[in-house]
Amino acid sequence: MPSGQTSAPTPVTEAGTVSTGKPARRFDPHRFGPVVGLVLLLIVGTALNPDFATWDNMMNVLTRTAFIGIISIGMCFVIISGGIDLSVGSMAALIAGGMILLMNALAGSVGSPVVVVALGMLFALLLGGGFGLAHGYLVTRGRIEPFIVTLGTLGIFRAVLTWLADGGAITLDNGLSDAYGPVYYGSLLGIPVPVWVFLVVSVAGAVLLNRTAFGRYVQAIGSNEQVARFAAVDVDRVKLLTYGLLGVCVGIATVLYVPRLGSASPTTGLLWELEAIAAVIVGGTSFKGGEGRIAGTVIGAVLLSVISNILNLTSIISVYLNAAVQGCVIIAVAFLQRRRP
Amino acid sequence: MSEVARYSRRLVLGAGVAMAATVALGAGLGGVAFAADTVKLGVSIPAATHGFTGGIVWWANQAKAELEKAHPNLKITVKTASGAPEQANQLQDLVTVTKIDSLVIFPFESAALTQPVLQAKKKNVYVTVVDRGLTDPSAQDAYIAGDNTAFGRIPAEYIAKNYNGKANIVALRGIPTTLDNERWEAFTGVLKQYPDIKILDGKYANWNRDDAFKVTQDFLTRFKDIDVVWAADDDMAFGVLKAIEQAKRTDIKEVFGGAGSKTMVKTILDGSNPLIHADVSYSPKFIYDAIKMTAEARLKGDKLPATYIIPSALITKENAKEFYFPDSPY
Repeated sequence: MPSGQTSAPTPVTEAGTVSTGKPARRFDPHRFGPVVGLVLLLIVGTALNPDFATWDNMMNVLTRTAFIGIISIGMCFVIISGGIDLSVGSMAALIAGGMILLMNALAGSVGSPVVVVALGMLFALLLGGGFGLAHGYLVTRGRIEPFIVTLGTLGIFRAVLTWLADGGAITLDNGLSDAYGPVYYGSLLGIPVPVWVFLVVSVAGAVLLNRTAFGRYVQAIGSNEQVARFAAVDVDRVKLLTYGLLGVCVGIATVLYVPRLGSASPTTGLLWELEAIAAVIVGGTSFKGGEGRIAGTVIGAVLLSVISNILNLTSIISVYLNAAVQGCVIIAVAFLQRRRP
Repeated sequence: MSEVARYSRRLVLGAGVAMAATVALGAGLGGVAFAADTVKLGVSIPAATHGFTGGIVWWANQAKAELEKAHPNLKITVKTASGAPEQANQLQDLVTVTKIDSLVIFPFESAALTQPVLQAKKKNVYVTVVDRGLTDPSAQDAYIAGDNTAFGRIPAEYIAKNYNGKANIVALRGIPTTLDNERWEAFTGVLKQYPDIKILDGKYANWNRDDAFKVTQDFLTRFKDIDVVWAADDDMAFGVLKAIEQAKRTDIKEVFGGAGSKTMVKTILDGSNPLIHADVSYSPKFIYDAIKMTAEARLKGDKLPATYIIPSALITKENAKEFYFPDSPY
């Protein structure tokens, strides 16, 4: 197990790379609240259990953060534009179930398991994008509040999955599991594949938000939709795309999730929506929209999984109080990054 | 649209009339204690949200199909609820609309459903409570449950015997509930007698594969020498096995699940995983047994024993066949 030691600050450096993609505005100490929170947690974790700061543990934590992290980046765009998506966890579960069923069905007719897995992944991304665009369409053309649209689909997606799974689990065929396994368990240059994907999605998200017209439109719509409309921004189209983008992110997260356990069950992705939203907000994005940070979101997501990791690695606090500790840390970090009124 | 509405209204009216007729007939035939000619049995269970409840729903419908075929004068209505308030509402509907005379209920929560069940019992409904006891036992006529103490005791005794009273154990727990506490206390209670058996820690993984995976990863980081993982549930055992496989740990000799799910029993039967040797039964089939016992007793006008505990048994390669139900989803 002990194959590395000095990797405690890894997530920070990684997120730091992302934040260089942001234009330097005037210095605001509150912007660094999440980083400060994370660094403090890393120190506490190392002090409580020396195994915390090992390379293997860090990679475990980052790998399991990848799902929520990737979804959070899509969620960040939706929240900045003034929207919300409550359905992401259920959506991930349904995509997972759908792609497993498809791959199992294809395994008979298509010879190569690699091709089957590739088709399954493509299907997951298309399905995610499709679900996202459907949300966007209902929100923009249907003029329904995003909270209601996605609350509705939250129930629909999970119920359909439960029905498909007959209340049990949908399991990937063994042969396919072996071909698909490396997507979660494999690593490149010592870093697991999901962490690489998380990194790429983060950088792409930061560039898209801060360096493109689309990113500026998203922020403009979130800060004042009417003004954006008068400024000839195609508000409906931009909003539609933010939901589509989030859907694709959920698809990517699911593609990484399925090879982990090779199954989807009604508990898959349970409460992911709350974790993703919490990561975005803890990371310094305004819940009211208009302003947000990809780097902060990444740190927020890492922070949330570090808390539960530390709790698992120690037993100083009664297990009954785990959720309370998580709650306190979230509130404390949010306080550190509060903005002036 | 309107045609459908009209049709369904007619259907509802028709059903209502038919129901009223049956009730009149039933009432005409007299008191509760006599053998009833028709029995209307309501079954109220949690909706299929994970493997175990999926099994509950499957076995309940299995019981309905078999028993209604065997007894033409038996009518079983199965309702699934996704929370205690919804279950209480359905219970009211079963009593006032469906006019059941017998009830088999698997309560979501003991405290929240005691009063609604008591109300049903006051209307002369014969009540069999399954799995979770009510806070006021006078609200039930019979209580049928799996053996949660044995669920914890059997794996503990098994580990103590097979590891000659010396082992390092990490444990997963379910969701903080009395049921989980009973199992945990039974497990730790037995192992207290063996000073050389250490329970390194026990953490909640919510009867959920993903959480079990994460908690196990962290246990593996934290403890370098583990002999047995008590996963305490077959779903959780699945996540545990994946985490061990990923970490390539060779010190762990055994993963002990719980409940006797189809895939786990098959694994034991085939000996296909070197870490899986045994399991303890806690099958969702007890809902089938409860419905069958209640329906047959009611048709004869009998009563059930006040408490009936369905024993949990150790499943090993030798007896695994008896616990293997390939058609059940769980």
